Amino acid sequence: MKKFLLVLLILVSPCFAAQDYYQFTSGVDKERFNSLTTELRCLVCQNQNLAESNAPLAADLRDQVYSLVQKGQSNQQIVDYLVARYGDFILYRPPLNAQTIGLWFGPFLLLILAVSYLFYYVRKKNRE
Amino acid sequence: MSVLKQARFALPLILFVLIFILLWRGLSLHPAHVPSPLVNKPAPNFELPTLQDPKKMTSNKDFLGHVTLLNVWATWCYACAQEHLFLVELAKDKDLVIYGFNYKDDPKAANKWLTEYGNPFKIVAVDEHGKVAIDWGVYGTPETFVIDKKGIIRYKLIGELSSRVWDETLKPLVEKLRDEPA
Repeated sequence: MKKFLLVLLILVSPCFAAQDYYQFTSGVDKERFNSLTTELRCLVCQNQNLAESNAPLAADLRDQVYSLVQKGQSNQQIVDYLVARYGDFILYRPPLNAQTIGLWFGPFLLLILAVSYLFYYVRKKNRE
Repeated sequence: MSVLKQARFALPLILFVLIFILLWRGLSLHPAHVPSPLVNKPAPNFELPTLQDPKKMTSNKDFLGHVTLLNVWATWCYACAQEHLFLVELAKDKDLVIYGFNYKDDPKAANKWLTEYGNPFKIVAVDEHGKVAIDWGVYGTPETFVIDKKGIIRYKLIGELSSRVWDETLKPLVEKLRDEPA
């Protein structure tokens, strides 16, 4: 049991360390910082967000997001700031625009096509 | 009806071809090469100390009047070492203006590197903490920006500037930009 607790303690300690690195005066700011850094992509290791990545660039961008949050900028302002520099790729949620329209509506289009074919097929079978 | 029935047999083939095209295209994409939104926009404002003399400052005004290659490098970057040899070769063309952007590096190590391997740069800006690099959308080294006579970024190369990239992409672009009015 003691061993188990020890292992557990070791496993959870990095989480606490990361939380305490940035000091916030308000809970709202802390919440904003956490949600922003989990929704922004680290460009170096592209399958990790800014909060999780250990890349030096991710650390710099975390610092930058932190200072912008402290300056009282809105979430949208901070996201716009980063998109202006790194492009839409930094967003894990792609924006809806001409380039991404297929991404957003393509699956629905395929679904409609598949369902209409299904109806056509079933009706034909019934008639036979 | 018989035409439709025949078409049904072609369907797997058509699907195969479509998926083949999709996957083939996927093979030639480079997810690590993120296109920069700064292309065709004025170079971001900055003021940084120069490597040669930290008291002297350099800014985006230094880009005006000539076509500039701005190379982002660091001594800790493995690919930069390879690229550096080619940059030294390129710098023999005296008409070509190459500026360096020393990214998150130790200035002492950077100076030592330039004395050892040669200095292709007219000016080297020092961004020791990588703050200005964020404004430039730098996310790795090496990167090279091509800036026109008006100080507008026209191209961003991600990765090593090799002789092949130079011949195929950058050289034609630089020559085109040289013909544009200042």
